[in-house]
Amino acid sequence: MEFNAPAGENLFDRSKVVGKSTRRIDGPLKVSGRAPYAAERHDVAANQAYGWIVGAGIAKGRIRSMNLDEARKAPGVIAIVAATEHNAVGSSDWNIAPLFGGRDIAHYHQAIAVVVAETFEQARAAAGLIRTSYDSADGRFDLETAKEKSKVGTGFSGDKSESTLGDFDSAYGSAAATVDATYTTPDESHAMMEPMASIAAWEGDRLTVWTSNQMIAWGKKALASILKIDEDKVRVDSPYIGGGFGGKLFVRADAVMAALGAKAAGRPVKVVMQRPLMFNNATHRHATIQRVRLGADQDGRITAIAHECWSGNLDGESGEDGTLQTPKLYTGANRLTRSFVAELDLPEGNAMRAPGEAVGHLALEVAMDELAEKLGMDPVELRVLNDAKDTVPADPDTKISDRNLVRCLREGAERFGWSKRNPQAGGNRRGRWLTGMGCAAGYRAGPTEKSAARVRMDADGGFTVETDMTDIGTGSYTIIAQTAAETMGVPLERVNVELGDSAFPASSGSGGQWGAASSTAGVYAACVNLRRAIGEKLGFDADAATFEDGKANLNGESWEIADAGALSADGEMTYGDFKDGYDVGTYAGHFAEVKVDAFTGETHITRMLSVCDAGRILNPLSARSQVIGAMVMSAGATLMEDLHVDKRFGFFANHDLAGYEVPVHADIPHQECVFLDTLDPIISPMKAKGVGELGICGPGAAVANAIYNATGIRVRDYPLTLDKYLDRLPAIA
Amino acid sequence: MPDDGYLNVSRRGVLAGGVGSAALAQASILRAQQPMPGSQSGNEGPSTMRIRMTVNGTPQEVDLDTRTTLLDTLREHLKLTGTKKGCDHGQCGACTVMVNGQRINSCLSLAVQHEGDEVTTIEGLGTPDDLHPMQDAFVEHDGYQCGYCTPGQICSAVAVLEEIRSGIPSHVTDDLTGPMRPTEMEMRERMSGNICRCGAYSNIAEAMAQVAEA
Repeated sequence: MEFNAPAGENLFDRSKVVGKSTRRIDGPLKVSGRAPYAAERHDVAANQAYGWIVGAGIAKGRIRSMNLDEARKAPGVIAIVAATEHNAVGSSDWNIAPLFGGRDIAHYHQAIAVVVAETFEQARAAAGLIRTSYDSADGRFDLETAKEKSKVGTGFSGDKSESTLGDFDSAYGSAAATVDATYTTPDESHAMMEPMASIAAWEGDRLTVWTSNQMIAWGKKALASILKIDEDKVRVDSPYIGGGFGGKLFVRADAVMAALGAKAAGRPVKVVMQRPLMFNNATHRHATIQRVRLGADQDGRITAIAHECWSGNLDGESGEDGTLQTPKLYTGANRLTRSFVAELDLPEGNAMRAPGEAVGHLALEVAMDELAEKLGMDPVELRVLNDAKDTVPADPDTKISDRNLVRCLREGAERFGWSKRNPQAGGNRRGRWLTGMGCAAGYRAGPTEKSAARVRMDADGGFTVETDMTDIGTGSYTIIAQTAAETMGVPLERVNVELGDSAFPASSGSGGQWGAASSTAGVYAACVNLRRAIGEKLGFDADAATFEDGKANLNGESWEIADAGALSADGEMTYGDFKDGYDVGTYAGHFAEVKVDAFTGETHITRMLSVCDAGRILNPLSARSQVIGAMVMSAGATLMEDLHVDKRFGFFANHDLAGYEVPVHADIPHQECVFLDTLDPIISPMKAKGVGELGICGPGAAVANAIYNATGIRVRDYPLTLDKYLDRLPAIA
Repeated sequence: MPDDGYLNVSRRGVLAGGVGSAALAQASILRAQQPMPGSQSGNEGPSTMRIRMTVNGTPQEVDLDTRTTLLDTLREHLKLTGTKKGCDHGQCGACTVMVNGQRINSCLSLAVQHEGDEVTTIEGLGTPDDLHPMQDAFVEHDGYQCGYCTPGQICSAVAVLEEIRSGIPSHVTDDLTGPMRPTEMEMRERMSGNICRCGAYSNIAEAMAQVAEA
């Protein structure tokens, strides 16, 4: 089914299941410990052995030798696959450095061996007996230095990140008020709770990998290309995923080393990447340096807006494009955005939740706060005044599908008690606490990808949906069940959902906040085909009928759909060219309140609110969780998350969950999330857009602005840890 | 959704304990896996010990490599995979279980330290069809997303409420002598060893408050 024109009124506008707050259907399995994650599939393959990955001890260079003798003799060892005895594996479209690369080392902790043994303890102990010597090469590990040789690169989309409109330099030069500020954001880690994990088993030349992966079809293709085998010989299964945040968009070393280990051992092999390897072996969000220049007239109308971003990566090409939201958010006739990428020899940078925008907002939305202060304007009013209307500010030929940013900001300000904010920064002291409020706008694209599903009706009228879609905690199981129940006109309890198996029809997968909108549209397409099959069998026009309470009704006649017997239909939703003329975005108004200890500088977030505009919300219960969870991650980026680069040896030094600090319970107060009751007819028949990344676009900037409002100190280097401003706090007495 | 095929080991354990037949008990002992034919290992195997503990009310006897953590004993030997390995270093709390009524990070203790102990894991708190009130509250308040930290969060949450009831103070307890109450800050402080990267903290606090007030 092709979606080739804006959606008119349809069954979802009269929905009984879709859009209703619904407990997760996989919830009871998760809370009782019965949902099986990748490393827990004891049932899928007998006689599993354990693999332990060895990571490179240098950042760049070549392995001179690996002494494997002692390890091979260690108790329980079945096989060792080592870089010195194995050709580099093939590449794929989804990784830069080879996941197992022969003697050449591209980054620290790159996999150089897998030790397979009877038990976990034996594999780990034997791995410690491998002696490796290297010829180290000099590497480039400092972004500030490397940026001098950077060139315009691409963000996650692969498009060159550069756009101009009008004449920025003259408009900026003649603006009544200007801001020119440079912000830095550090390398960040996904730090999902479940490490990379895979069980691999060969049957002849056929490979099955039970793994933890967000994008099953990509993973299958990548594994085939990396292992140089036919794609149809590979099966990937990933029904439960313990968090991904972009880190599991791609096949990584766990799957590759499990496959190679299993081949060498002649047995199924389970590999769980040890946590201390995750930070340097797997991908991370690139650090950025961002310069924002804003010029406005005395009334606050932006006349000039420039956002430049520098990041680095192994290929000097694909970086963190912090400018992504800037062409979309605010008006202004003269504009410039450019994203430069330098060559760095640090571990591979790649997508992490809202790649680009998540850190872009930390610069742009703080610069807006700085401009508001220069103008003596309220920060909410400055944003409302410069809101884009019908077309994209940097691309006037592109229409905006449905945008309610002003409502987000106004409703948020009202609910948050914004009018009580003291605009005088540092002017609120209550006992030992300096208090402050901040706001930010949020923009994140609302993309769709083609997505397919199969829906089966059993003889007893029960339904099963099968698609390779993944649930990374986003609630896919439930919204897919809701969509099928709504379309087939049956109660939710009648629908069973099976996900994550590459044997099922290929879905959009989970990433870029396209999953909810795309996968449910695909399930809808399959359900429409099943309705037609039922209609054909029972003799009515399914497209004209309504499906309700297990019956199809048309012109006063009624059919029990179960009477059609067991039937199955595949369907796929694809998207027509008409969407090219639109920018489909999601929008938010974010608010935060903080208190900063006047003595120690310690920051506590006391309140957070996000008001979101993302079209129809398929399941308000789980959508809210996505937003508040993203707000937590955004707060982490602002206050604590920081991969420390050891610039001598070229690796992230704090590579575990003790050294890489993420928010914990005590850091996060009660959070509020409000969804506007909007519909976007351009996105899909569901009129629903994703929210999982919108929530990380802006809340951190609201926290940063609140800290400034509390202290009067503007720190532009994230994270905003107290050592960066303690000596500048207002005098206590 | 998969069938719940996790209870086989426990059932055998129950039989062994109940019937008391020596032969049957012998059969129920899970042995550390022996090297398979084709293994190139020439050395002697690791030192092992027989450990007896009660897990979720079921007596278990396991021959284990002495380096085996309680966490790996549960996950790899008893196949109780509800207890999660997030870091294996006591940094994330995903492996939280209760031992003799107190919560611990099961990755930070070796199985050999638990001879004769009573271990309760997430599987022992409730089943999908008969959830513990805390498990049910997590579903109701959506106190999770990916679900991987969730068993640890729930075991901690149950234990935290018990700690507060028992008057065990925390870093944020104002009055060490007065009655202790399950305030939001008291619960958030005590739960801070359980990381949730999906960021469900606000919802977990609501789930806990509901159970605390019940």
